[in-house]
Amino acid sequence: MAFEDQRTTVYKVDPEHPESESLPTLRTEELLLNMGPQHPSTHGVLKVILELEGERLVKSTPVLGFLHRGVEKLAEDGTYHQFIPHTDRLDYVCAMYNNFAYCRAVEKLMNLQVPDRAEYLRTIVAEVQRIIGHQFWLGTQALDIGAMTVFFYCFRDREILLDWFDELCGARLTTSWYRIGGVERDFTPSLLDKLKKFLDYFPPKIDEYIVFLETNRIWVARTKGVAVISAEDAVSFGLSGPTLRGSGVDYDLRKYEPYSAYPKCEFSVPVGKNGDTYDRYWIRVMELYESVKIIRQCLEQMQEGPIMADVPSVTLPPKERVFTNLEAMIQQFKLFSQGFNAPPGEIYCGTEAHKGELGFHIVSTGGGKPYRLKIRAPSFIHMGAFDYMSRGYMIADAITLFGTYDIVMGECDR
Amino acid sequence: MHQLAQRVQNTFPVGFVSSNEWRGDISVTVTREKVHEVAQFLHDDPGMDFDYIVHVSSVDWPDDEERFEVVWEFYAIRKRQRIRLKTRVPESDCIVDSLTDIWKGADFMEREVYDMMGIRFRNHPDLRRILMPDDYTEGYPLRKDFPLRGKGWRDTFDFLDEVPR
Repeated sequence: MAFEDQRTTVYKVDPEHPESESLPTLRTEELLLNMGPQHPSTHGVLKVILELEGERLVKSTPVLGFLHRGVEKLAEDGTYHQFIPHTDRLDYVCAMYNNFAYCRAVEKLMNLQVPDRAEYLRTIVAEVQRIIGHQFWLGTQALDIGAMTVFFYCFRDREILLDWFDELCGARLTTSWYRIGGVERDFTPSLLDKLKKFLDYFPPKIDEYIVFLETNRIWVARTKGVAVISAEDAVSFGLSGPTLRGSGVDYDLRKYEPYSAYPKCEFSVPVGKNGDTYDRYWIRVMELYESVKIIRQCLEQMQEGPIMADVPSVTLPPKERVFTNLEAMIQQFKLFSQGFNAPPGEIYCGTEAHKGELGFHIVSTGGGKPYRLKIRAPSFIHMGAFDYMSRGYMIADAITLFGTYDIVMGECDR
Repeated sequence: MHQLAQRVQNTFPVGFVSSNEWRGDISVTVTREKVHEVAQFLHDDPGMDFDYIVHVSSVDWPDDEERFEVVWEFYAIRKRQRIRLKTRVPESDCIVDSLTDIWKGADFMEREVYDMMGIRFRNHPDLRRILMPDDYTEGYPLRKDFPLRGKGWRDTFDFLDEVPR
């Protein structure tokens, strides 16, 4: 490979060492260690083959595909609407954002304009999902490193939002709430109340998480200066989201290619300096505050209005009409079974999910089914940098690395 | 024609095939002999500055003479622009230059294309299957002639006898 990594040589035996003469007589060889696929800290079914020199990682080879379900092939067999529930199962921790990214891609293909209120609803729910994702990440990352208390606190607060999702769409994890051209249903007054209450309740809790972790000497020692990646390398590897921003690149599609209601909200994008695990943690925690800010602004700005684009040949009719009106029922049936007629063409649409850039590349030849649908999954691309980033660190740091990417194997293997 | 595509055409009059702009996406098709050179130009030229690789994809067009299409998507973080680079590969000689020496991230992405579509990449450091098992013999699942339900590899698995309780 064209890129020589010098870091591995640092840990070779020092010839100047007073005992170095006795060392060459010892036989040394590298140890191969299989980690996973059934290891609790690999966040699913990920296997990594580690080549070790003592306890240092010389080379690590990720073995992916244990959760490969052929989602891209399945997409070619169903209509555009039918694929929405499949996207839930990509990154099953953050289903809403996958729905969002997919619906945006199809809307770009169909050139659909989503009504204002739907855009605000989408942004709010996407940010709630980002909070859930970061809470889940923070809890499990801390647990992997050994700080157990934070896990319970994060999951306690995550539970409130999952119940909120339950009330919103009837499911906690596999939500399928987004629709092409809008959303499935509007907020009820009770949902709005609960969300507002949560927004008041949550920021002090973030401070609590921070206190728990930053006063924990072990946790800080195991994240600061671990798995450092420079900005240049991070960009070259195609990392995205907090993993890239930790290295000081402010690449955030919410700012770079504003979509939905984000351009109407004021928020900042936290950017790290050192590119280590600690900076990436810090960015995610700061994003929790930003998400709260975005949701507040959206709630203030949101006006009454339609929640679905009115393009009967593409978008679904409202549910009340489906149950009372024959034409609406036929429309719904035809849209789901045959799909709408997409124009021939090719698009790529990237969305800033909480893990990174989640993109859909859709090739259409006309008709109701995508000819080819390619998912740009951030987890998969982050795993590409695993070998490079882990070299020279300890076995235990490999665990923090899984965490710092925030990988979910459902998305990685598709 | 968009100015980015125009610049590629002016710099590579020989390799340039066509360009397209649709829904705001710019795509440039080049011959596969020129892929590496064009990619290097996109990466290095200060006017282009595409330092970020978004994804590598592939499309199967079974009826065409040059059956496979390899698609790279690049982003320029400083200039905030996107471009899509495409090339066609015939089935009989299914190989294209690897871009791993320009973008490190291309490594896994190209392995996935190889795994799913069977397109090989010249000079790739470690071209193995990535999502499918190493001993998978049925072919390449995302090709259009591959049935959705697979080719029956799983039917050959041995069944374990039920353990009596």
